[in-house]
Amino acid sequence: MFRTALRNVFAHKARLLMTVLAVMLGVAFVSGTLVFTNTISQAYQKSSAKGFDQVDVAVEAELQEDKGDTVGKRAELTQALLDESAKVPGAASAIGVVNGFTAIADKDGKLIGGGFQSQGGNYWGAEDPRYPLVSGHAPSGEGEVLIDSQTAKRAGYEVGDTVRLSVDGPVLDPKITGIFSTDDGNVAAGGSLALFDTAAAQQLFGKPGTYDQIDVKAKAGVSQSALKAELDKALPKDTVETTTGQELADSQAEAISASMSGLKQGLLVFAGIALFVGTFIIANTFTMLVAQRTKELALLRAVGASRRQVTRSVLIEAFVVGVVAAVTGLAAGVGIGAGLRSLMGTLGATVPDGPLVITPGTVLAALAVGVLVTMLAAWLPGRRAAKIPPVAAMSSVHAQATTKSLVLRNTLGALFSAAGVAVVLAATTMSGSDGQAPMGLGAVLLIIGVFVLTPLLSRPLIAAAAPVLRVFGVSGKLARQNSVRNPRRTAATASALMIGLTLITGMTVMAGSLQKSIDKMASSAIRADYVVSMANGNQLSPDVARKLGRIDDVTATSPLRNAPSRIGGETEYLTGVTGSTIGELTDLKVDSGSFKVGGTQVVVDDRTAESHGWKAGSSFTVAYEDGKKQKLTVAGVYEGNEMIQGIMLDLATLSPHQTDPADMQVMVKTSDGASGATKDKLEKALGSNPAIKVQDKKDLSNDIAQMFTLMLNMLYGLLAMAVLVAVLGVINTLAMSVFERSQEIGMLRAIGLDRRGVKRMVRLESLVICLFGGVLGIGLGVFFGWAAGELLGSTLATYELVLPWARMAIFLLLAATVGVLAALWPARRAGRLNMLAAIKSE
Amino acid sequence: MTSLRHILVLLECLLVTTASIAGRATAVAARATDLSKIYGQGETQVVALDRVSVDFRQAEFTAIMGPSGSGKSTLMHCVAGLDTFSSGSVRIGETELGSLKDKQLTRLRRDKIGFIFQAFNLLPTLTALENITLPMDIAGRKADKQWLDSVIAMVGLADRLGHRPSQLSGGQQQRVAVARALASKPDIIFGDEPTGNLDSRSGAEVLGFLRNSVRELGQTVVMVTHDPVAAAYADRVVFLADGRIVDEVHGPTAESVLDRMKQFDAKGRTS
Repeated sequence: MFRTALRNVFAHKARLLMTVLAVMLGVAFVSGTLVFTNTISQAYQKSSAKGFDQVDVAVEAELQEDKGDTVGKRAELTQALLDESAKVPGAASAIGVVNGFTAIADKDGKLIGGGFQSQGGNYWGAEDPRYPLVSGHAPSGEGEVLIDSQTAKRAGYEVGDTVRLSVDGPVLDPKITGIFSTDDGNVAAGGSLALFDTAAAQQLFGKPGTYDQIDVKAKAGVSQSALKAELDKALPKDTVETTTGQELADSQAEAISASMSGLKQGLLVFAGIALFVGTFIIANTFTMLVAQRTKELALLRAVGASRRQVTRSVLIEAFVVGVVAAVTGLAAGVGIGAGLRSLMGTLGATVPDGPLVITPGTVLAALAVGVLVTMLAAWLPGRRAAKIPPVAAMSSVHAQATTKSLVLRNTLGALFSAAGVAVVLAATTMSGSDGQAPMGLGAVLLIIGVFVLTPLLSRPLIAAAAPVLRVFGVSGKLARQNSVRNPRRTAATASALMIGLTLITGMTVMAGSLQKSIDKMASSAIRADYVVSMANGNQLSPDVARKLGRIDDVTATSPLRNAPSRIGGETEYLTGVTGSTIGELTDLKVDSGSFKVGGTQVVVDDRTAESHGWKAGSSFTVAYEDGKKQKLTVAGVYEGNEMIQGIMLDLATLSPHQTDPADMQVMVKTSDGASGATKDKLEKALGSNPAIKVQDKKDLSNDIAQMFTLMLNMLYGLLAMAVLVAVLGVINTLAMSVFERSQEIGMLRAIGLDRRGVKRMVRLESLVICLFGGVLGIGLGVFFGWAAGELLGSTLATYELVLPWARMAIFLLLAATVGVLAALWPARRAGRLNMLAAIKSE
Repeated sequence: MTSLRHILVLLECLLVTTASIAGRATAVAARATDLSKIYGQGETQVVALDRVSVDFRQAEFTAIMGPSGSGKSTLMHCVAGLDTFSSGSVRIGETELGSLKDKQLTRLRRDKIGFIFQAFNLLPTLTALENITLPMDIAGRKADKQWLDSVIAMVGLADRLGHRPSQLSGGQQQRVAVARALASKPDIIFGDEPTGNLDSRSGAEVLGFLRNSVRELGQTVVMVTHDPVAAAYADRVVFLADGRIVDEVHGPTAESVLDRMKQFDAKGRTS
């Protein structure tokens, strides 16, 4: 039997190629994901491990928890502690580490990197072992700085140049005294690192005389743990924490693999979708192969092969196909892994170098997935093959498509769909996270239901296309009828496309609606012309608000300043604002009381008010950071949103209790509204600071839109895989149809349908099937998008459904394009069919 | 005088009429001249048709007979524009097929030729009526309603028009095929073993229709068959052997055809 099965594989090379391709794409995706994530995480781990080779034991300040009415604070690592650490017998040296945010501008004044990886630090002494200098010398004072070699290269800076920097607001123009190399992971990933001398760094990062971490190096022969034990004994236990360099490296490695596993899972989901779609194609191909080979299989049965042997021969064939697909898929996957890495490089995210990592696990997963998926998909056709009676060998008739009743199938499909719709609808009435699980369940049920129902749906939906097809005369009419001839096959083919388009449309609807609602939220509650914030979301120096307030055209400013506090034994963040102007700068709906901030009068958002049981007029006691207590009165309750929420109180009331005040953002209103000139003026007043973003409402919208566009494009890219697999399925089905109908096509050619007409007939059939899948997919996608939105809407006040009509039209066009492209080869084949061979009866 | 002129006019009329009748009787619907079809080259070369010359006259029912491999089907395919030939010429009416491109050949088949196949070759998705009008649909023409009705009435399908082929018996299916061939009023109809898949009664019916279409409607029919009974319905039988025309019988009967075939068989065995 094995030999027969093998012969069959080779006898139908071209046909099986599609199947192999479909499985291969899925396997390639899976193994590509694994190779990519393994490679990246190993590279990151190596680079981070290198970063710890100067650290034998790290001393960090312990964070005290919030307790009772006191807000917890981090202890300070003072010079005394550093000296203490350096003095323990096992210590060779100790370095005080100071970290902070430092934005570096390029020669055009633009921020280098995204802002999230713009780091600053200290250069220890005359020669810091952590940062070997490539050129120049150590910096001294705030007027001198070192920058890393990658950033220097990127921006074209050299020793002696003046560079524009910003730490938390004010602009600095220090001279570059040196360039150093570093293995820092953030720098490797496209960030920047600027180093000042230790005193300057402490001053700039707002922690004079203290360190963020003390790195202690052990003497030769002293182990990390021995040193740690010595330090634990010498240093006060309740305020500091010691960790060995090995532990640090390990925990960082763990963090890296954790963040990678998220990415890995995400990518694998898409690989799974591609494979799922692939199973339709495999099942379809094997069904057709079995149907074509009815006579052959019946002959095997007639000469004595058992049913089981027939099934097995089909499964062996599937196994061979699966192995070939898995092996080629694995090879392609390694290529994809390498390609993804360089793609990320071109997108700006620099990835540390390292060899491609192909683990045995990757190889096994690829093989298992490829073989299992193929055999699973071929199982049903294999069973069907076994049911062929031996007498079928004698009949000369082509195997008729099974005309088994669809009643059972339709009933099942209707039940599943109805259940799915009901569950999804029920889930939309639930709130937030409660509804997620039922929503997912309902979605799965509905997709299965619709998939089972596609044969039934194909007739009316394709009939609806009849008026359009009539334009194409006989070709159109025949195409329509051919496409509903084998509803199961049409359904399986269209479903493959449907799944991809459902996901694409659903995501687009959701993303579009979310974007609109966030946009609305960002702009509707704000009356300010500009919002000033830090590029990386860090806090701004209060100096920024002061500077802005001094500009002529500015009529009102207010910072939003966050401060932790304890209220009734719970931590609650207060938002400090300028009480006199906040009313002008925001447009918040007041539910009760009045919007009045000043003295001990505060306003509270509806959710906070509800959780504490406050109403307008209620009063409560707050314990500030410094431990002082004060009684505050709720003047009004406003409707909060994701941008502005919490307890708002006047800065005059809050500030005396803060040691290190910093603002999240500053809202600015100007006399002549938002304009390019005004924006320039504001930016100039802030010293054209690369780290500070001055945004009007439009900029905010663009920012949000950009974020969503990026996310959607990534999703589109990933789902393109599923669509590509679906295209293979369409090609496969059409090729099979052309083969099966060769006699008919021959007759049509004989009685006068020209080649063009035949080709058009095949193309139109393809188009009809694809548009059918497209319409179903887009319809389902819109429904899911709507349903998910209803769920989100319960937590997002400004949510509203946005139907992306233009996008949907593009998707339908995409489906049509898929149809036309997929038909190219089958149509050519149909056109070139040997008429005489085709019409000759057997 | 007047009577003389009268007679002259009458004579002229008579002459014209006889001439036209004679002309009609001798007009050729399709003609093959020195037609050869050679497959392969060198040692594997097979001569399917060896310089065959034959006329198919209008309003004549011709049967082509011969043993398997005699080239009878190849001859029909070449004359019907379904297959290409190596040398010689084929004319359908005034059109020389040798110089036609695929597109023109297709158009010629569509407009001038009707086909009846052994395996019926109906489209299962179309109803009987739709199958009958298919050639006109392909051409984008409207069927001549009156003609269509008379053809349908002749083959007795009036009450089966809405049925699909799978709901019809073999004989009924072949009657649909006959109607399809007749409906577009082709210059010539080619049949490839049209009764090969039918029981004798259905076969007789179909042959009857073909003969009637020749006798009553003036249709030209050429049919390939290996059944002497079927050949007996024709006006003329052409015998092929080894790619050559070896004999011809006018007004055949099943017996006379069978006799001839036996002779060839005997010759074939001795040679």
